[in-house]
Amino acid sequence: MSDPLLSVRDLRVRFETDDGVVRAVDGVDFDVREGETVCLVGESGSGKTVACESITRLLPDSAAIDGEIRFDGTDLADCSASDLGSYRGGRIGHVFQNPQDALDPVYTVGQQVVEAIRIHRDVSKATAREEAVALLDRVGIGEAEARFDDYPHQFSGGMKQRVVVAMALAPDPDLLIADEPTTALDVTIQRQVLDLLADLGAERGMALLFVTHDLGVVAEIADRVVVMYAGEVMESAGVHALFDDPAHPYTRALLACLPGRGDPFETIGGSIPDPTDPPDGCRFHPRCPHAVEDCETGDHPAPRSAGSVTGTDHEVACLLYDDDHALPRELEVADD
Amino acid sequence: MTDAPLLEVRALEKHYPVRSGLLRRVTDHVEAVDGVSFDVREGETVGLVGESGCGKSTTATTLLGLEDPTGGEVRFDGEPIADLAGDDRDRFRRRAQIVFQDHNSAFDPRLTVGESVAEPLAIHGLADAERRREIVADTLERVGLSAGDADRYPREFSGGQKQRIALARALVLDPDLLVVDEPVSALDVSVQAEILSLLSDLRDDLGLAMVLVSHDLGVVRQICDRVCVMYLGEVVERGPTAALFDDPRHPYTEALLSAIPEPDPDAVDDTVELTGDVPDPSNPPAGCSFHPRCHRVIAPEAFDLARGAFRSVFDLRLAVERGDVAVDEYDDSAAVRDEFGVPDRLGDDDAEQVLAAAVEAVAAGRIDDAADRLAAFESVCEREDPALEPVEGDADGAGGGNSGDGNGDGERPVACLRTDESVER
Repeated sequence: MSDPLLSVRDLRVRFETDDGVVRAVDGVDFDVREGETVCLVGESGSGKTVACESITRLLPDSAAIDGEIRFDGTDLADCSASDLGSYRGGRIGHVFQNPQDALDPVYTVGQQVVEAIRIHRDVSKATAREEAVALLDRVGIGEAEARFDDYPHQFSGGMKQRVVVAMALAPDPDLLIADEPTTALDVTIQRQVLDLLADLGAERGMALLFVTHDLGVVAEIADRVVVMYAGEVMESAGVHALFDDPAHPYTRALLACLPGRGDPFETIGGSIPDPTDPPDGCRFHPRCPHAVEDCETGDHPAPRSAGSVTGTDHEVACLLYDDDHALPRELEVADD
Repeated sequence: MTDAPLLEVRALEKHYPVRSGLLRRVTDHVEAVDGVSFDVREGETVGLVGESGCGKSTTATTLLGLEDPTGGEVRFDGEPIADLAGDDRDRFRRRAQIVFQDHNSAFDPRLTVGESVAEPLAIHGLADAERRREIVADTLERVGLSAGDADRYPREFSGGQKQRIALARALVLDPDLLVVDEPVSALDVSVQAEILSLLSDLRDDLGLAMVLVSHDLGVVRQICDRVCVMYLGEVVERGPTAALFDDPRHPYTEALLSAIPEPDPDAVDDTVELTGDVPDPSNPPAGCSFHPRCHRVIAPEAFDLARGAFRSVFDLRLAVERGDVAVDEYDDSAAVRDEFGVPDRLGDDDAEQVLAAAVEAVAAGRIDDAADRLAAFESVCEREDPALEPVEGDADGAGGGNSGDGNGDGERPVACLRTDESVER
């Protein structure tokens, strides 16, 4: 298999705060291949947003980023700020959670899409305008030509998010990073935006790194899933393997409290640990129903294959899956 | 439990004036809530569900009298709340509480949690500070926090915990009715489950009547006994939760249900595509307000057309009527058909003949001509506004005599012309 488009290795992001050092991301590995949709899933505070924003260094200066972020052969973590500029918003596009904040209220949406085109490419205003109209039309803005001169406040939330997607698409990115792009939208509109992103990915061969806390959304859109908790990766797998045979107790707990699957009133219990003082060992152990003594000490468990049944691409960071521990019966994967 | 509902909402209306011009004259109205009726009994939860802008939150605030209704009536314990005054009004205010959507702006950041939660007690005349502290401590424990949390500040708590504090503040007066507006929309899925299970425990323990406002049918399914589906200020379907989920009668309910992300990557994609946004409430579509987006819009009786085919023809008709089609937009007829997803040839020959001429007119830029021809495809849904009525032949075991505004447990009225026998097609 060819090299992945994006390969993140041992990514660590620290913030110095008044309460101490926050290790928001602490040794995270994941890959995104060309044209693939990878979902980063986790609760608030799991570090999924920080991990994404560190790729193109969108974080404030107080963030100390370590590790390797290899995008198409270049280590972005080593890149100078000016070199990074051609990737950020160029070959790597971003769509954020709140379209309200992503658009400037005093410029028309057309001007904003044109700007996104002309920042990265030297084209005439007239050409850029034509392209912008085509883009707006592609993302589903009806009468794009007429709405070109409208201001963001004249658009609904779902329409604004479509405009933001159009802006991100303007430089024809290879990778689109979408951080909770549908969380602020109604379910019906969420459905439309998810369909749009999936179509665009397939049509342009564009890879998608999608951040969400909602496993329902993951099931809709992902090829592969990376489950994060307290700054670390707990499990990564193809979407079918993850939903059919979840290995990590945390993934299982997340799935168990998902509406439409399992018990609607099932809860994980406890809350995500204090980021300045995470527990030793596996960070999930205080909430884990299967925790054994070894889980409470040492480092975060190294990822290992979750068994031959689910294939080699399925990795889980849990001591219970190594040879020294007996796997509790509930966690055994049905061999069928 | 008595038979009389604790809360009766009848034909509730809230119209906001739209002012324009130099003299700020009232030129129009936004019908945010337009004739909503439902009942809530003790220990029962009724869900109001719909997209943004459907009027569900306005219904919630109006039924509590936080905003004055412009029409209709709300009865609490048999008394119309508009007539309440003095002590009776205070008593109502104590017995009916609301939890607002945004827990971040719900608290004064300079007050401790204890002070915030105790405030309603002080307002309603409990002067003894010691006694207030006791009640606050009890209430905090009841919602899963500790008594010691009373001395901390809101910023020290997570989103889920703030939602618990907001609940504590609503419960501290021991209300009979609790209105919760989008209690979990800002929370993680894992925390949502905790809050929803807390709400359902509280309802069962305290015998609360609850009105839950949410855009998420998944949330509604978990804790509501009955559901009102709202669209543009009106209830389009009402019924017991299980029945409504198993067999949605209104196409809008069907579309909302199908939009819930299925937590199963192998799921067959049976999505009902809901195109477009909610229309502007100050200028709602004539007839059934859902017709511009409805996948089951009724074809004229003269033609025999498949559902999808008619929808595409109808989209073309609406676009031409609205003037959304430019004179020189399309090169030929095929381009027009392609744009609107109209099949190359309709199954019904008469319809095909009319359509072919209309499509040709659009391609040639004769928009008015096209509009005249497409008038043949006018749907009854554009003319008639369906009323919320029980479905014919559904009377057995249902609400019986008090149709229209009744709320019998099994009753499932729907506002859709497809089930309305009285309408001339």
